[in-house]
Amino acid sequence: MLSTDHDILAAAEAWTREGRGVALATVIETWGSAPRPVGSHLVVDGEGNFLGSVSGGCVEGAVITEGMEAIADGRARVIAFGVADETAWRVGLSCGGRIRVFVEPVT
Amino acid sequence: MQRDHLAILNAERAARRAAILVTDLDGGAQRVVREAEIAADPLSELLGRHLASGRSGLAEVEGRSVFLTVQAPPVRLVLIGAVHISQALCPMARALDLSIAVIDPRTAFATPERFPGIDLVAEWPDEALGGAVPALDRYCAVAALTHDPKIDDPALIAALRAECFYVGALGSRKTHAGRVARLAQAGLGAAQTGRIAAPIGLNIGAVSPAEIAVSILAQIVAAQRAPRAGAAA
Repeated sequence: MLSTDHDILAAAEAWTREGRGVALATVIETWGSAPRPVGSHLVVDGEGNFLGSVSGGCVEGAVITEGMEAIADGRARVIAFGVADETAWRVGLSCGGRIRVFVEPVT
Repeated sequence: MQRDHLAILNAERAARRAAILVTDLDGGAQRVVREAEIAADPLSELLGRHLASGRSGLAEVEGRSVFLTVQAPPVRLVLIGAVHISQALCPMARALDLSIAVIDPRTAFATPERFPGIDLVAEWPDEALGGAVPALDRYCAVAALTHDPKIDDPALIAALRAECFYVGALGSRKTHAGRVARLAQAGLGAAQTGRIAAPIGLNIGAVSPAEIAVSILAQIVAAQRAPRAGAAA
């Protein structure tokens, strides 16, 4: 079963209740053929366990790393991925699209 | 995000009410606006527009970049008629992540063997809706598939009054003309009966029950994803 946004926010709340550090990533902008729509969520804990998808697999690794950093430093951030950023980011979107993702700790 | 915002979003979703999370991307400030609070909100016009379309997105508010996460309740599909098309439709609807209920008072049709794992209610629609099946709301899609006005009509009336985002009915144009006349007698206006998708399904030349199921589900997805101001607002 694929996880829905409902499962993801429910997991974020449940994980927080368990005392785990939690960060939430949300796709806030897309251009071109980005695979996941605006509003899609991914939730990650301090160990890198995650649920959901922001790009269909292309940049999840980097988003999870950013999420773990957000848990550690308590700060929200906006990160961008895509063709134009390929020199700045080691990962890109093979589909040729671009996305911006808001990553925030649950506090 | 604050824990209490997360808890509010999950509680509103569980209660099948829409909510919008407003995030100031520059300052990081966040708040949750419940569906019922939108009208009185300073951003009511903007929030109302996003709620009607069901789409999350960026907006510019007084020179600041703001992201609106629109959380609409999960779509429920209510099938009237435990018929052959419904049997083909249920597994496909599941794959689309729709929650499904099948209502048919005819116990010969409404058997668990024909609908394994499906929420199946062998009652008349008037009894079932608001009872064994939660009352209809605008995040529901209703497809009337029995061909029997005694069963289909009450469900269609309930669906139109509840402003379900999709209401479809099986039957030819001639059958539908008779149906519209009956519903008008029941007090429904032309604007309401005009919302019924009939003959049901996208016109893809579907013949088999499975093909008809595809055409119905495609029509439901289109109604859900197309800007639905007017349809659901």
